[in-house]
Amino acid sequence: MSSRNGLVGKYEYVEAWGMADGAHSRVFRPRSVEEIRTVYEQAERDGVTLGLRGTGNSYGDASMNSEGHVLDISTMDAILDFDTETGIADLEAGVTIEKLWKYIVPLGFWPRVVSGTAFPTLAGAAAMNIHGKNNYAVGTLGDAILELDLVLPSGELRTCSRDENADLFHAAIGGFGMLGCFSRIKLQTKRVYSGDLYVYAFANRNLREMMDYMEANRATADYLVGWIDCFAGGDQAGRGLVHDARYLEPGEDPDPASTLSLDHQILPSKIFGLYPKSEMWRLMRLLCNDPGMRFVNFAKYVAGRLEAMGPPKKWRHAEFAFLLDFVPNWKWAYGRTDRRGLIQHQIFLPKETAYDAYLEVMAHNRKQGFVPYLGVFKRHRPDPFWLTHAVDGWSMAQDFRVTPSNREALWKHCAEVTEIVLEAGGKFYFAKDLVIGHQDMLRAFPPDRLADFLALKREVDPECRLQTDLWRRVFVE
Amino acid sequence: MPPSTAEEARPKAPVPRLSGVPAHKRRAIVVGASSGIGAAIAKRLAGEGYRVAALARREEQLEELRASCASLPGEVIVRRHDAHDADEVPALFEELVRELGGLDLLVYAPGIMPKIGATEYDTEKDLDILAVNVAGCAAWCNPAANLFRTQRDGTIIGISSIAGDRGRKGNPMYCTSKAAMNTYLEALRNRLSEVDVHVCTIRPGYVDTAMTQGLEGLFWVISPEEAARQTLAAARNRVNVRYVPLRWMWVGLVLRLIPSFVFRKLSF
Repeated sequence: MSSRNGLVGKYEYVEAWGMADGAHSRVFRPRSVEEIRTVYEQAERDGVTLGLRGTGNSYGDASMNSEGHVLDISTMDAILDFDTETGIADLEAGVTIEKLWKYIVPLGFWPRVVSGTAFPTLAGAAAMNIHGKNNYAVGTLGDAILELDLVLPSGELRTCSRDENADLFHAAIGGFGMLGCFSRIKLQTKRVYSGDLYVYAFANRNLREMMDYMEANRATADYLVGWIDCFAGGDQAGRGLVHDARYLEPGEDPDPASTLSLDHQILPSKIFGLYPKSEMWRLMRLLCNDPGMRFVNFAKYVAGRLEAMGPPKKWRHAEFAFLLDFVPNWKWAYGRTDRRGLIQHQIFLPKETAYDAYLEVMAHNRKQGFVPYLGVFKRHRPDPFWLTHAVDGWSMAQDFRVTPSNREALWKHCAEVTEIVLEAGGKFYFAKDLVIGHQDMLRAFPPDRLADFLALKREVDPECRLQTDLWRRVFVE
Repeated sequence: MPPSTAEEARPKAPVPRLSGVPAHKRRAIVVGASSGIGAAIAKRLAGEGYRVAALARREEQLEELRASCASLPGEVIVRRHDAHDADEVPALFEELVRELGGLDLLVYAPGIMPKIGATEYDTEKDLDILAVNVAGCAAWCNPAANLFRTQRDGTIIGISSIAGDRGRKGNPMYCTSKAAMNTYLEALRNRLSEVDVHVCTIRPGYVDTAMTQGLEGLFWVISPEEAARQTLAAARNRVNVRYVPLRWMWVGLVLRLIPSFVFRKLSF
């Protein structure tokens, strides 16, 4: 249980972020590269595999290891260096996006790529090669990483960059923790001249309008994200709201020091100064069913139309970037026990087939009675990482509610949707997925890249000691 | 075999009906299960269909417990464990949860109350009490609390005592250990409330167990079985602190109200 330097594993329930899956594992939280090696040795001594985990924000089983131990990197979270001239951050890999932005925003910087929640670690975000609402413009997180340290299963530490160990660099980013444990990440961040963004709202009446708007504006907008009311059908299918955000130019903000301060960025924890946001999920739970969510989506659409009539608004960076953190633990509205929760099925499609395939998916959802409670639409661009999900095209993320009684039927429905997507040349994203199988993966990813990745995995981890439930579900026949 | 005592001749109470707890949520660890309230709780849980891991220092009594539960719907696995031995708990805890296939309930029942003379000030005895009643309690409740926190589900029952309500002349460290337990369990309850994990503190009065044998002036004495019944009922009703039986609540209330200059004149 406890290893020679006092690193003690804790026996815990390790779960998918969406709560639809989970298993008991012994979790180790190392604080140094030496301790990462100790955890590798411990797993080997116990004769079990090791799964790598950050703060566990992948929707599915990407950081679960029901058949072995788990290494949680989130305790290795020192900010080693930040250069206020170049904006280059040198970080221990367990630093969260939240810790990073809170450190650099008062210095006039913002991470180039962030997820919709601030809680992931950089290690987890790099392993999944996450993207943000600006994927079409700046690429994925991997595109912002300059250098990283990877502790291989052998214990060897390799520094990787575009020049040094370039294969490992491009495979480990997006390699969902199968090649080694990130211990240090060097990241390029972006200078900003205000703590605020201009946000323009455009209410679209159908999917065509949304895609046309985003296509027309992607050369100039810094962020583009669409929200879809998935309950609407017919010629209104895909109706929703686009948020189009733009950084402020130098001089546009008369008092950048004040808008860049944490006081300005961090939202109050109570609504109207009274009701704690941490309790809001209890109210949301009352609406978390088909009729309730039909109403919520309709109300949001109407509110969006009103918002779009007004002038552009200023939003704080943190407020715009981390919409998912506005209500703490909102996922609990979906349930808290017995693997109740949500899955996200995020569909990536090339631009040529996207429009028709999305309409087909949305129609199929409504026909089968599995309507996503939340739909999010984004534009992407390709990148050089071996197992990247990003395409020259679009993605639509759909949140489905999981209950003990709908589980089986929902998985079947997702398989049908997956078939539509694969027919259209689409892809999936391991940070979100809990439903695709081995055959689906073979069809979704380019065979040469996949073969290269598996060869590299065999080379650095010949005994396949790094495993997760995701690996066994998707990569093992 | 004909009954040899009047007690055995009495008609046996029917095996309790299976409770409303779903079958996959009937897994418990009972620490201190060789005698007294702990043994009664383990047996009662086995009667309700639980898979129970029963732990105690004395193996013969554990075997007796297992034998007496053989006909019950549940299943009892036994392990020798000395509550002094906090170091072995994390590994043992993991092993038991794996064997049970999960965990829904932890009961910490061990407690020691050595006789302390009126003019005795014995550090060794006192530290021994703390080791079992406090350190042992933390050693078991911590891993359980962490597991329950992560699965957002589970219940912890700590068997404390009404003795924790005041510092009495009779056994200073026993009272202290139970006061420590009360505060610790309350803090755990407050920590875990956000994830719906319940922590129930039981403060028994006099129960007919080895601990009270030979004590004089006992009253309102109940059997360990009755104490176990009331304990589990309180935990299921998500009661925070329950005096067992309930009327000791009034005694506790009065005890706590007696001013110190009067309390020190009292004989107990």
